[in-house]
Amino acid sequence: MEHFVRLSGPVAAMPAANIDTDVIMPKTFLKGIDRLGLAVGLFHDLRFDENGALRPEFILNRRDMAETRFLLVGPNFGCGSSREHAVWGMLQYGIRGIIGSSFGAIFADNAANNGLLLLSLPPAQLAELAACLDDGAGQITVDLEAQRIETGAYAGSFDIDQALRRALMLGLDRIGETLTYTDRIRAFEKAYLAGKPWLMGGHGDERVS
Amino acid sequence: MSAPKTLYDKIVDEHRILSFDEAGGAGERLLLYIDRTVLNEYTSPQAFSGLRDAGRKPWRPEASLGVVDHVNSTNPDREAGHLDDGARRQIAYLSENGRDFGIEIFDLFDSRQGIEHVVMPELGLVLPGMVIAAGDSHSTTYGAFGVVGFGIGTSDIEHLLATQTLVYRRLKTMRVTVDGRLAPGVTAKDLIMEVIRRIGADGASGHAVEFAGEAIDALGVEARMTICNMAVECGARVALMAPDDKVVDYIDGCPRAPSADLLERAQIEWRTLRSDPDARFDKDVWLSADDIPPMVSWGTSPDQSLAITDVVPDPEALPPARRADAVRALAYMGLAPNTPLQEITIDRAFIGSCTNARLSDIRDAASILKGRKVAPGVRAMISPGSSGVRSAAEAEGLDRIFIEAGFEWRRSGCSLCLAMNDDSLAPGERCASSTNRNFEGRQGVGGRTHLMSPAMVAAAAVSGRLADVRTLAVAS
Repeated sequence: MEHFVRLSGPVAAMPAANIDTDVIMPKTFLKGIDRLGLAVGLFHDLRFDENGALRPEFILNRRDMAETRFLLVGPNFGCGSSREHAVWGMLQYGIRGIIGSSFGAIFADNAANNGLLLLSLPPAQLAELAACLDDGAGQITVDLEAQRIETGAYAGSFDIDQALRRALMLGLDRIGETLTYTDRIRAFEKAYLAGKPWLMGGHGDERVS
Repeated sequence: MSAPKTLYDKIVDEHRILSFDEAGGAGERLLLYIDRTVLNEYTSPQAFSGLRDAGRKPWRPEASLGVVDHVNSTNPDREAGHLDDGARRQIAYLSENGRDFGIEIFDLFDSRQGIEHVVMPELGLVLPGMVIAAGDSHSTTYGAFGVVGFGIGTSDIEHLLATQTLVYRRLKTMRVTVDGRLAPGVTAKDLIMEVIRRIGADGASGHAVEFAGEAIDALGVEARMTICNMAVECGARVALMAPDDKVVDYIDGCPRAPSADLLERAQIEWRTLRSDPDARFDKDVWLSADDIPPMVSWGTSPDQSLAITDVVPDPEALPPARRADAVRALAYMGLAPNTPLQEITIDRAFIGSCTNARLSDIRDAASILKGRKVAPGVRAMISPGSSGVRSAAEAEGLDRIFIEAGFEWRRSGCSLCLAMNDDSLAPGERCASSTNRNFEGRQGVGGRTHLMSPAMVAAAAVSGRLADVRTLAVAS
């Protein structure tokens, strides 16, 4: 997974509410059995017209947005389908952080599991930040270590869950960490299933008895 | 005496292996035991590859079931159905993973194949008090059984397979109490669409939502699944209902349910699966079922919906914060403000999906279609929720009603709900749909979706336009 400590880069504003994961990564790009080749799928139907030509009016297609690293988004960004392809596509395209007010819950978990930084700011702070961006675009620096955001005209701090911050900065092996609790899981499972024998079945065509 | 608890907190507490936080309560980070999962062919491949790469094995393979549903054709002839190369590869890889890791798989030719959230309950694999996490956002469906069900991404599928756990953050709680009774012609779909309209697409964000009240108690288990299924469209990570005798009766009729003796024992515990009378919820919402009309969506977010008797909204008349999104939605949908919804003509009609393709949904739609014909120029299709539902409907002769009305009687799969297969809308085509999401491009690039109940889809199909099901008499 990607590590995030401190990063500067262009930010693009996409202020619409409820931008869903179908729009972020359309179905055409969900047919792989690996995680590859998803950069082209990111916002595909917004970036390209039906003939495959770039839509010049879409913000990520602007010349000054070619190296976009951050998105500034509207409420409930990433709602809808659980497809982790949306997060993989973001990172493959080069997006490393998304700043908004609220996010789809599964999308947020997927982002955390892949090292994509999501920042939830209070609406007033988000509006102040947006107002400092020229024409919806600009440069921004996010310092996760110091919990600071800066643009040319704006500087402020942000709150973030500390377990998440640590994982983003260090890039932890999540499964490996959980497996350090193997004995605890086994002991729990044994007692739990012993107390609820009706949970033991369900595989094969027989009813449990 | 311990403090009163919500149903959600009771189930989470039962599954907490250890806590990473000193303080409990909403936001607590904990290691959660997961009872079961269901795997599909498109969100699981990279999870299995991750296990292979790390040399890991599933913790408890018998707690998982794999089923092909998202990418398959619904062609009535399974052999002739079109599969693109990607779909073929995903289906083959699911079977390979099942073989290699000892997980049972229902492939395309299995008589138990179907949409995962239809298959799991109908087999009897969804039991009150469980936690079921799965790689599909509509895993909230299981809440109808008093189950904490929620969607996860592929990295978490891998974590679940490897450890039978998830690192979990306890949600806040919200209660939606629905008093009164739904009027004739009004369904669970209309009820949940009204809840979503009222609280918004992120109205339950960060919350586990418990549905309660006499209107919920009066519903059958399948209708309750429709509500829990679609609760994710208002941001709910978990939807819940206290299990009652209807739930026990439903489970008792299922092929993989526990034996009668075990069911007897389980019920003693299941009776405690309800929120304590004084339990505190972080949010409370009330509504009356009496006033809910048949609903249709007009925009590109599930909260953009109205009564069928209404008109397309004028963005100028909406609150400023919603105006720009409404303008964009109407442009995408090709609709002019103030057009009566019942004047909107359709090209396609679709009954299917994990939201609304169970036997009761098919019966509802059939009652409208009986003795009627699909309007000229409309292509109508139905994809039953599972192969089992399809057979059960055929045993009742319902397939004949659909076919005689002019519907295509298809095989089971997610189908046109998200159009990962060859069932998709052409650009600009407009569809009356019993599905759950009206997102831009969801049913095909440029396709226009109007969400509604199965009976309302049937009414639209025979009318050639969005129609009020209450004006169509049910044939005797």
